[in-house]
Amino acid sequence: MLALVSPALLVILALIVLPVGWLAWQSIYHDGFTLENYRRVFTEDIYWRSFALTFEISLAVTVIALLLGYPVAYLANSVPKGWSILILSLVVLPFWTSVLVRAYAWLALLQRTGVINQFLRYLDVISEPLGLVHNTFGTVVATVHILLPFMVLPLYATMQKIPGDLMQAGTSLGASPSLTFFRVFLPLSLPGVLAGCTMVFVLCLGFYITPELLGGGRTVMVSMLVSRNVELYNQFGAASAVAVVLLLSVLAIFFVVSRFISLDRVLGQK
Amino acid sequence: MMTKQNLGLAVVLLGAMGLTNTADAAEQITFVSQGGAYQQAQTVAILDPSAKKLGITINQDSIPDAWPAIKTQVGSGKPIWDVVDTPTGNCLRGGEQGLIEKLDFSKIPNGAAMPEAYRSPYSVSYEFYSSVLAYSQKTFPKDAPNSWADFWDVKKFPGRRALRNHPFATLEAALMADGVAPDKLYPLDVDRAFKKLEEIKPNITVWWTSGAQSAQLLNDGEVDMEMAWNGRVSAVAKEGAKVAFTYNQGILQSTSLCILKGAPNLDTAVKFLNEAVDPVHQANLPLQIDYGPGNPKAFETNVIKPERAAQLPSEPANAAKQALMSYAWWSSPAGEAAEKRWASFMQK
Repeated sequence: MLALVSPALLVILALIVLPVGWLAWQSIYHDGFTLENYRRVFTEDIYWRSFALTFEISLAVTVIALLLGYPVAYLANSVPKGWSILILSLVVLPFWTSVLVRAYAWLALLQRTGVINQFLRYLDVISEPLGLVHNTFGTVVATVHILLPFMVLPLYATMQKIPGDLMQAGTSLGASPSLTFFRVFLPLSLPGVLAGCTMVFVLCLGFYITPELLGGGRTVMVSMLVSRNVELYNQFGAASAVAVVLLLSVLAIFFVVSRFISLDRVLGQK
Repeated sequence: MMTKQNLGLAVVLLGAMGLTNTADAAEQITFVSQGGAYQQAQTVAILDPSAKKLGITINQDSIPDAWPAIKTQVGSGKPIWDVVDTPTGNCLRGGEQGLIEKLDFSKIPNGAAMPEAYRSPYSVSYEFYSSVLAYSQKTFPKDAPNSWADFWDVKKFPGRRALRNHPFATLEAALMADGVAPDKLYPLDVDRAFKKLEEIKPNITVWWTSGAQSAQLLNDGEVDMEMAWNGRVSAVAKEGAKVAFTYNQGILQSTSLCILKGAPNLDTAVKFLNEAVDPVHQANLPLQIDYGPGNPKAFETNVIKPERAAQLPSEPANAAKQALMSYAWWSSPAGEAAEKRWASFMQK
């Protein structure tokens, strides 16, 4: 068994553990031991603002993705197999388009002369174009679109394992469809909710291209601080300190989540 | 059949060929620029003619941002590049940090003949571009904004605006909007510049980060006016978009040539540096691309037609309307502090 997994372990060691370790080392060692990079991260308020904004955006994206994704997963779960395959393919389809292309597609839709504003003006709903992009709003919309599959798939996997006869039992005991849903189905699907939310939230924390292209320069998420610090301080330590703090936040989130459900459920299907 | 004598002759010939080969190999340099259409234009206008004239081989490499590579190459003690074409600030910063060779201008007569503002102890200007005020002719068919004060005047010139998400040229524009004369900018009054920027900040729709993005904003009508690089605006105009720009109060910026400390072919590199800023080669550059020659003498060669010259950022009459960016100030401690302050300004 060990012989079988050792190539994978070696790859992980060479491509993940060593570089991340090297980066972490850079953040505390530059011509001698230093905590300067961390002092900056914890005392200068631009870092706090960026971390706060990143968590706010991630939270908004997670909530919206849940509200949009849950009905989709529910529908895919309750229709015959052929239909559910079709629904899930549609969910996964955007995966095959690059993040960059999707960001530009949103730009074409949302900008001042974009499809949505032109259509609304044609209908005379608005007189001035709406500011839909180059701000936090545009960033959230595009990020939700990109991360939605990570919400739908764990939800669907969990719903698949909820025995259908439980709902029938509820109905036979006289409960209305909405009562069976809220008292039986929803609680049983909660592990999927938690798994989907964790995936979306954590992935969103590290988003870079979408806020860079659609944020108008004001939406500075943590990943953008990382790249900016390389330019500004001309050394990797200043950037890797930010990355290390972000990584530790992610690990902390996984730790808290693992107190409630097993991580296997978040990362895979069990 | 080969006789002994013939064989001897062949050996001598081969030997001679070997010798010329080694002579050729010694006379070569590695030149680095930023790639793309820009490097292609240089190859036609400057690099190939220089190689021919000097009888040397110019190996080319390209990198979008040479600064980290300069640091690591010189830091390793064995640089592989000789000459780099990079924003002038990198040459100055590199010179101060011992990464760039100090130039002996007695060996670079073409550089020595350039005005002092166009060279430094470590570098000579290679080409010019400008951060200009560009606008949509659809929004402003006449009475277009013509100065940074106009750009700041949101009542007289309503419309959406964009600026570059970078302090270079933006702080200069803010000070000119506040009434500072283009030739009295340096040292920049950083507090005053940021105060003026706070004033326009609510009216800036986009803070762009790449030249391509600035072009797209103008092309799609996402903004009505913005600061952009002249070459990007003229490219958009050439594709048919109704956009224009003014050189008035533009911020004239340059890339320069400099030589890495301990460059493998130092002597040849110096010879090439002199040749590359030769007025005739320099005059050929704007025939290929929308950048101005780094050597102002290029305008006296009659290679550039007057109509073409009038479009170029470093043409003397255009240059007179603009502010020449001081890279010396930007690489000073005050300049570096202003660069760091930019980050907190953006996030407030």
